[in-house]
Amino acid sequence: MTLARALPDWNALQVGDALPPLQLEPLTRLTLALYCGASGDHNPIHVDSDFARSAGMPDVFAHGMLSAAWLGRVLTGWVPQSSIRSLDLRFTAITQVGERITCTGRIAEKLDGLVRVQLQTANAEGLVKLAGEALIALPCRDHS
Amino acid sequence: MIDRRHIGTEMAPFTVEVERGRLRFFAKATGQTDPEYSDDDVARAAGHPALPVPPTFLFCLEMESPNPGAMRELLGLDYRRILHGEQGFVYHRLAHAGDRLTFHQRIVDIYDKKAGALEFIMRKTAVSNQRGEPVAELRCVTVYRNPAP
Repeated sequence: MTLARALPDWNALQVGDALPPLQLEPLTRLTLALYCGASGDHNPIHVDSDFARSAGMPDVFAHGMLSAAWLGRVLTGWVPQSSIRSLDLRFTAITQVGERITCTGRIAEKLDGLVRVQLQTANAEGLVKLAGEALIALPCRDHS
Repeated sequence: MIDRRHIGTEMAPFTVEVERGRLRFFAKATGQTDPEYSDDDVARAAGHPALPVPPTFLFCLEMESPNPGAMRELLGLDYRRILHGEQGFVYHRLAHAGDRLTFHQRIVDIYDKKAGALEFIMRKTAVSNQRGEPVAELRCVTVYRNPAP
């Protein structure tokens, strides 16, 4: 049994603080096949290498929304999901089979009862694949 | 060029049931090891009535439309020239397994960059549950690569 995770204290957070990162194993074709079925995105360019080549790509590649789901995991690993007010994502580069992706987040801004978090996925060379940001509602506890 | 008269068009709304098995499958596919997303007892202990819909799965449910290609057909887009540029979510309340979610999609903007080489279609989708309560608003920006003249 896991308990509902505690909300971080808004007062204790500093701009620049890092969220617990998510380090993934090298991306496999099996993961792409599972995500194809689970997501309902059956675009063959992500699972059929013959089709991918016919479309001018060297091989199959990851669904952008798979990377988005990993960033969702970074957030729900840090705060209860009900605290997430918004999530915005920009797809900047393709994630290839075999790449070792790290998902990170950091506090970018403190607002009234909220924090703005910057998020990204990047490969081992540091090339950003998906950039995003989220607004998280957090209580301001009274320490007086 | 994509006809700008489609700006403001509302697509036919549709309703999708959130299936528990799909949520468990999604957790497996995305490497989600937190049992709150796959174990009913853990989810209930965390205060959920059933397994919660994770943050980005609403996008997958939107693809369960009876005709996922409706907007593409309306705008006359070639499948192979479409890229997913941006995706946004504004959350109002959680959805859970067993909920019936209704999706209202509308085309809010069409614009171009690079002298028309790239066109952008912004769609917003309001999602509400079976009680009529707002769940989320999705924002999807599709990039369309026009062939060179």
